[in-house]
Amino acid sequence: MNKSNTYIFIYSAVLVVLVATLLALASNVLKPFQQKNLEIAKKLEILHSVDKGWDASSAESKNVYVDGEYATYIIESLVVDHAGNTVDNLDAFTVDPNKEMDKDSTQRAYPVFICHQDDSSRNYIFPVQGKGLWGPIWGYVALAEDMNTIAGVFFDHQGETPGLGAEINTRWFQQPFAGKKIFSDTGQFVSISVAKKNEPHDPDHSVDAISGGTITSKGLEKTIFDSMKNYIPFLNQHKK
Amino acid sequence: MSQIFSSKNLKLLTNPLNLENPITVQVLGICSALAVTVKMKPAFVMALSVIVVTAFSNLIISALRKTIPVRIRIIVQLVVIAALVILVDQFLKAFVFDVSKQLSVFVGLIITNCILMGRLEAFAMANKPWQSFIDGIGNGMGYGWILIVVAFVRELLGSGTVWGYPVLEKLGVYSTGYVNNGLMIAPPMALILVGVIIWIQRSRTRSLIEKK
Repeated sequence: MNKSNTYIFIYSAVLVVLVATLLALASNVLKPFQQKNLEIAKKLEILHSVDKGWDASSAESKNVYVDGEYATYIIESLVVDHAGNTVDNLDAFTVDPNKEMDKDSTQRAYPVFICHQDDSSRNYIFPVQGKGLWGPIWGYVALAEDMNTIAGVFFDHQGETPGLGAEINTRWFQQPFAGKKIFSDTGQFVSISVAKKNEPHDPDHSVDAISGGTITSKGLEKTIFDSMKNYIPFLNQHKK
Repeated sequence: MSQIFSSKNLKLLTNPLNLENPITVQVLGICSALAVTVKMKPAFVMALSVIVVTAFSNLIISALRKTIPVRIRIIVQLVVIAALVILVDQFLKAFVFDVSKQLSVFVGLIITNCILMGRLEAFAMANKPWQSFIDGIGNGMGYGWILIVVAFVRELLGSGTVWGYPVLEKLGVYSTGYVNNGLMIAPPMALILVGVIIWIQRSRTRSLIEKK
């Protein structure tokens, strides 16, 4: 049926306004739930980096379990600047490392989370972020009190190849990171290399790459290097 | 009641399951069928999301069909589909966050799923709301059952689980030396499995085979 131009204009205007109102309404109503989900997911990632929170999927209430574990172990957090000094009045949990990357390097805030283990030792947890083959990869690297030895790591990704690059979020890939060191014997920052079979393996500084997932593996190597190097002043100040 | 579920209406529901299946016969919506069928749970949620969107977009477009100006009908259809998909996506993010993370962009991509535009153009624009609604559910289910069958096979052989439950481990299959087939997790296996389903379907329903 052919309609006049006026009818078409009015029709589309009304339709668009109606749809926009509906979507805005839905977005507002659902936002608190979505934000809680994001908060729980982030807490769980931080907990995983210190080998905690693995029962989340079998817990009766995932939110209660994760909030509880987080409150038990991640007792302190702080924000540091590029020189390693503590910045007051910023909450580490709400600092988004991706947004910080847009700022000038001297203006950035770097969050640090501190885990109190059951044996009263501390782990210092640092967020890392970068890119893999298809999209962003991110995670958390936990260091022991010497600010050198890795206590644990957790990585995740948005859309790496299943069975290949996507394996970076599995425990068999992550567990070998524990015990590796990010500084050389002479105190040089060397980070961790994710090395293929034919590349030199240093028992202190390398883990095995994933066969067929070379670009993700190399992306992860760069991710850890680029993110951790920002913390070098902080690490040097707090070395024990 | 007899009118609401007349045999003609019932056909709208059952035809897309087999003879007019959107995936195996019309070959629409293949992209997401390959991507979200590694595990059953995301496949089920995806199927449910598509059923909701096809049913309600059909219903809304059919109800509006006499008022929609012909010249902008595709845009109107897209606005309705997009709005419904965003609602579903927001809803999943709020209540089944883990699954929505696994489905990632594929919920958003329902907007471009050819089944939707196809049904709106071919059916909803010319039929009454109730029939269109049933047609939408039928096509969504036709899409959905393929997804779930493919996901069942891929999860069982690729990860050794069914709906996350470690079936093969409980049955003690691994102790006989069986190893999960990693190829099942890779997208090409979904294509091959859909091919196998089409093969079985055609060998049972001869009328689907094109004449030479």
